[in-house]
Order: sequence, then C-alpha cells, then structure tokens
Amino acid sequence: MLKSFPKGGIHPPDNKISAGAATSVLPLPATVTVPLSQHIGAPAVAEVVKGDNVLVGQLIAKPGGFVSAAIHSPVSGTVLAVEPVAGASGVKGMAVTIRVDGDEWETSIDRSTTLVTDCGQMDPSAIIAKIAAAGIVGMGGATFPTQVKLSPPPGKKADTLIINGVECEPYLTSDHRVMLERTAETLVGVGLLARALGVSNIYIGVENNKPDAIEALRRTVGDLVRFLPPIEIVPLKVQYPQGGEKQLVKAVTGREVPSGALPIEVGCVVQNVGTALAIYEAVHKNKPLIERVVTVTGKGIARPSNFLVRMGTPVSALIEAAGGLPQDAGKVIGGGPMMGRAMSNIDAPVTKGTSGIVVMSGREAARRTETDCIKCGGCVTVCPMGLEPYLLARLAQKQRWDESEAGGVTDCIECGSCSYTCPARVPLLDWIRLGKAEVGRIIRARLNC
Amino acid sequence: MSVLLYTVLTLCALGIVLAVVLYFVAQKFRVEEDPRIDDAEAILPGANCGACGYPGCRGMAEALVKNDDISALYCPVGGATTMKAVGELLGKTAPEREPEVAVVRCAGSCALRGDGTAVRARLNRFDGARSCAVEAATYAGETGCSFGCLGNGDCVAVCAFDAIRMNPATGLPEVDQDKCTACGKCVVACPKRIIELRRKGPKSRRVFVSCVNKDKGGVARKACEVACIGCGKCVKVCAFEAITMDSNLAYIDPVKCKLCRKCVTECPTGAIIETGFPPRKEAPAAPVSPAASASPASPASPASPSNPATVQAEATPLVKATSAAETKPVAEKTSVAEAKPLTEAMPATETASAAEITSAAEPSASTSTSVAETPTPTSATAPTIPTIEATFETPTPTEKE
Repeated sequence: MLKSFPKGGIHPPDNKISAGAATSVLPLPATVTVPLSQHIGAPAVAEVVKGDNVLVGQLIAKPGGFVSAAIHSPVSGTVLAVEPVAGASGVKGMAVTIRVDGDEWETSIDRSTTLVTDCGQMDPSAIIAKIAAAGIVGMGGATFPTQVKLSPPPGKKADTLIINGVECEPYLTSDHRVMLERTAETLVGVGLLARALGVSNIYIGVENNKPDAIEALRRTVGDLVRFLPPIEIVPLKVQYPQGGEKQLVKAVTGREVPSGALPIEVGCVVQNVGTALAIYEAVHKNKPLIERVVTVTGKGIARPSNFLVRMGTPVSALIEAAGGLPQDAGKVIGGGPMMGRAMSNIDAPVTKGTSGIVVMSGREAARRTETDCIKCGGCVTVCPMGLEPYLLARLAQKQRWDESEAGGVTDCIECGSCSYTCPARVPLLDWIRLGKAEVGRIIRARLNC
Repeated sequence: MSVLLYTVLTLCALGIVLAVVLYFVAQKFRVEEDPRIDDAEAILPGANCGACGYPGCRGMAEALVKNDDISALYCPVGGATTMKAVGELLGKTAPEREPEVAVVRCAGSCALRGDGTAVRARLNRFDGARSCAVEAATYAGETGCSFGCLGNGDCVAVCAFDAIRMNPATGLPEVDQDKCTACGKCVVACPKRIIELRRKGPKSRRVFVSCVNKDKGGVARKACEVACIGCGKCVKVCAFEAITMDSNLAYIDPVKCKLCRKCVTECPTGAIIETGFPPRKEAPAAPVSPAASASPASPASPASPSNPATVQAEATPLVKATSAAETKPVAEKTSVAEAKPLTEAMPATETASAAEITSAAEPSASTSTSVAETPTPTSATAPTIPTIEATFETPTPTEKE
C-alpha cells in the first residue's frame, strides 16, 4: 500500500506529455529582464546602474531584508535600464534589463561537470552562507528564500528532511527531468541540505507515476552510498495536491502540521528537488541561481519541451522554441494548470519560481457559466486542508472577514481542488484568494499595532 | 359540555394571570430611553446605509441625542435639510456641509469604435469571478491601464440608492447625481479608489480630472487616450492654484477651483471633465441644426420634461462617426451624469460636429447638464492626436522621472 495524504485530494488527468523530452539548453535571448522581486519577502536592492557591464553570475541585487534573496546576472552584457517593468500579471515591479553580449562567466564559477560528492564534512553555517549568497529560493514555485527555511527559529529543531519530487501538478515535468538527468548532483545537494540542518532522517517523496525517477534515484543512492547519508526514496500514491508541504509531511511521516504553523513545528523541513540541485551547484560549483528547468507544454504545443533557461528570458521566447503559440491558444499559464496563473503579458520574464508554461486552447481554458451552489459538499470532501470552501467563498463575497478568519481561510493552500471539483462551476478559489488576501492584511495590521 | 367550559375558563384564568405577571415584569425591567431618539430617527432618512459612521439611523439618532455638540455628526443622505430639522428638534446647532456627489474618475471607455479601436483598449479578458476586488487582487486588469476602472461593478452592487449603474457599452459606471447621496459606499468598494466624493458645486457644476493614472505620460497615453499624462499644462493655466500635480497625476482642489474651465480646454488629452455647465458660447458659430434645437434637455435628470432618448436619437446624426452599436446603449441610458460629454472630449474648435451641437444648444437655466452625452469621444478625436504626440516629444519641466 503506497503512502499518500488522507484528507481530500483529487485526481486530475496528469497529461505529462513533455516527460520524455530531455532537457535542452535554450539559446540566449537578445535581452533579459530580471525582476528584483522573484521571491517571497522584501524585493532585492539593485547594485548596478544603467550602463554597467555585468558577467554571468555577478551579483546585481542584494537582499532587501531578512526574508529576501540575492539576485545575480543570468547573462553577460550591458545594463540597459533599472526601472519598473510589467510582470506576468501586468503589475509593474522593479527589474534590471540587460542586453546580452557574449557569454562571459564570473571566473569563480566552476563550469565543469565533474561531480563533487563531499557533503559530510562541510560546516553547516558555511553551507547556509553559500546558499544565501547564491540567492537560492524554493524552486517548486513558492520561492521562499531557502536560507531562511534552513535557519529554524529558536527553540525549534528539525529532525526530518523531506525532498519534494512529487510534482503533482498536471503537465509539469521539470522536476521529473531534474531527477532523471541530474540525479547524482541532486542527491549530493540533498546531502548538503541534511548536513546544514543536522538531520539524519532523509526522505525523497516521488509519486509513482514517475517510476523511472524512483528507479534512477534508488540506483544512484546505491552508487553514492559511501558519500551520502542514508536517504530513503518514498514512492507515493498519485494524488493532487501531494506536492503541498503539509500534505507531503503527512504522507511521508504521518505527522500533521497544525493550523497556521509551518512544517518545522513537527520537526520537518521540505525542499524541492530543483532547490537541492541549485544548492549543489551553489556550494560545490560557486554557481548562483541563474538558470532553471522550465517545462513548456500544452496539447497545442508542437514540441512539448523541458528547457534549461536563464532567468529573465521572455516567456514568449520559450513558447517560440517549443514550436510557437498555437492558433487556438486561449490561455498561457505561468506554473501548472491547477495553481498557476494565466499570464496577461507573455513577454514577462522567466523567474526563479517559473516551473512551467502551459498553453491551453480557448476551449480547454474556457470557464463554464457559474450556477448556484447546490450544497453538495464536493468542495469540502476534496479540500486537503479540511476547510469549507463554499462557505469561505460566500464569506468573501459578503466581506465578512472575521468569520473568514475563524473559518481558517489563511490555511488555504490555493490548490484549486474545490474549483476543479465544483459541479456548479463556482469560482471558489477566486473568492477564497480574495478572502485570504484581505484577512492576511487585517492580521498584519493587527500585529503591527 | 363541562369539559369545554373548564377549558375556556382555565385558558382565560391563565391569560389574566400571565397578563398581570407581564405587566409587573414590564414595569420592573422597563428600559428608559429618551423619547427624542425616536423623534430624531423619524426625521432621519431611514436608509440605514451607515454613511454617517453609525450602525444605521437608530445609532445616528442615539448619537445625536447623546452628544451636546453634534457638529461632527452629519447625515450625507438627508443633507442640510435633515440636519436642520434634527437640530431644531434637539435644540442644537446643526452642522452644515457642502452637498457632495460621487464622481467616477475614469473616462477610459472600452467601447469599440467603428475602426476596431477603443479609447482604452481591452488587451486580455478576465474570466474569473465577476468582482473588481477579485480582479484587482489577481492582476493589473484587462486594459493597459493598471489604475483604471475594471468594470465589474462592485460600486453598483453596494449602492443602496440605485444611483450608480454600469454602462455595458463603455464598461464604466455612471452616477445619477440626483439619486446619489454621497454615502461613500462606492468609494470604499472600488479597489482602484477611482470614485471620489466631490462638492456638488453650484448648480451641480464641477470640474475634475477624470483619471487616476500615475504612470508616466507616454505609458498612460498608450494605455488610454483620455489619460492624465502629467504634462502640467493645467497647473500652469490655473489662476487660482487649485491644481496640484502628484506622481504624474493632476488633482483639482474642489474648494479652490473657481470653475473657470481654462484647464478643460488646456488639457491635451481631455482628461479634465466639466459637468453641469451650459454649452460653451465661445465655440465658433456653426449652422444651427434643427435636430440639435431639441437638445437643452438634461439626460441626467429623469424628471426632465424632455425625453432623453429622443434627444439622443436626434443628436445621433450629428455624431457622424459614432457607430449605431455604440450609440444605442447610450440612448437607452438616462442617467449619464458623469459621462463625458462630446464637447469636452476634444477642443471644440477642431471638430465641426461638436461645434454644431454646442452652438445649437440653447443654454437653459432650468437644466444643468450639457447636451450631447456620449460616453466615448468619437473618431473626431483623431485630429487631436498629433497635438498629443507633440507634447510627448517636448517633455515639460513638471513631468517627473
């Protein structure tokens, strides 16, 4: 019996059509736009000005606070501008625009592919310092600065490290390809993470729709057994949203993260496989987070692909490389189809959190007409957080924020299972997101005064 | 028979005993309340809108009776007359305030014109929950202007007085100034903070910047033809220092503004709007059109003797470029109080059709709104565009970084 999380969950068709496409390196674009806010927390502060020449991997913005991340130049060239640029949602944010000129790397970066397996001897604080310097954030999409996650608050101690190779979002295959193609590096990254946290229970959760990844991980763990701490690969029953931190903790360890708390409360730290790879590169190769694997997929896409992309590359360039935008394209979604957001500007850049680009036809993406809630309770059944989505949506419509808060709206992980399952096609998550944002604002205001 | 008799007697006895008990209980636990609260509540409008800051009219009435100084309390719905009546009842000095009205500070119509363009073109389509709050929390909006009206009608939903309606053609809300009580609910409901409560002004005459876009001039202008581009011309032309420029956006102080309307003609994009004025006399004389002679009706006032729909229908031939599809919804709308009159959308001197309407219209003291109401500047704005582009090439000193 395979493990999974017990509460709620849905089984959307997984459509992993790009799973077989080996990662290819996307050619450098003519210009890149690097937003200064690619992570949760304070935006980074630009260190360069217009006209500066930068090298690949050069620091261009330093962290703007404790919860923030450094940003490095993904290309070499000349800074054209440091000014607000519209992102994927059309909302403007500060960004550094760089004209690409050649591909000159910082000399400190080791570009060789030699595997460095050392992970048991390094000083934990040195590992964390290197992670912070490399500007690494959670690469599953949440983009929480990794060094903050690795520094548990006083009084809390992690005993378990869970590596998230679940990739439960339909369509997306970037983590899958990382596990297949960069297995050894990723596992050394896991070892470094375990060393930084000082934990000995290490699990890698992978859904069993990726048997090749499970097999590759198990084999490589065997190969590297002399260098790595013991790592257990945990195959999981396919169920969305298993990639959610709290769901994964429950599925792998059986521990329940309390409402409003983080996994560290039950001694767990969850990191994405992509993050583990980035940590390996940062620690052993001195390479900051300047590129990532992005899945470009969709039923209308001619060549569903996985690209190794420099940050700041326009999304339109990725779509072009995958065969162009199909005639019937209705929506371009940044991220997966369940949690991603439709982009209103496809010239927006790839950022640290862009795990995939899903192009949907107008027919696939069309929202059907909303009807009245029939009180079937379907949304309550599928909610992995045990919330009452129909009620939270209603409360948000009525702007009853106190009751929304009491109903646990801030626990919503925005997985979209409720909207997916609703037979009345009520846009539940739209309303709940509004409620979550408003209640979050109210809570922050309360804490500040 | 006796069963029936006993039943009736028992019930009667029970009733009498309970009535006595209730009488004494009511005496014992009587809530002493100032009878003036009831009187004051009767005077208040009874809309329970909360615009005064109290939970309904009862709460306001209690506050009015309790406080010796009621200068800080005001019922915007009832206005001066209500407050005066309450003041007389309670023997307190009633506060006086200028009557206000909600104005929508966005004139970027999304209606498609004949050539497929729009004043503020929709670039994408939002298919989430129909709510401005949801849309604003999700992304920048359907148009290139991230400050403009989202058009889902959150303001319409909260209005308790049916004073604000969505114009389906333009995608903009329109305030019926006769019904608007300035309760301010729409101001709070709008996530973009577009709606402002402004002084109603003498004879409902107002001049205001109908834009909240803080982008740089070029960006704003690209997103919307009638955006405030922050050029600062209005600031310079204003003799009363009523206009201030902040973050590429002009704001007209309603207290300082003397309604001279110089800024309206000066504004290169037509972002400054005048309402309630009779048509301008200085417009060059044009042949009086028989159709326009019927115009001095007030489309904003449903009480107007003249049928607004008729006015619209007759005015249509003059507005040559307006497509039928665009004019129709306007003709059906009777409350177009804040819609941009054609005459303001462009310098009157440049457009023959506008001049025809303006000059033909008889200024009438009985009506207060201007004549040809059309929510979008028609293609007649085309001649003005070169002027605007020229403004960009020579940035004025006021244009900020």
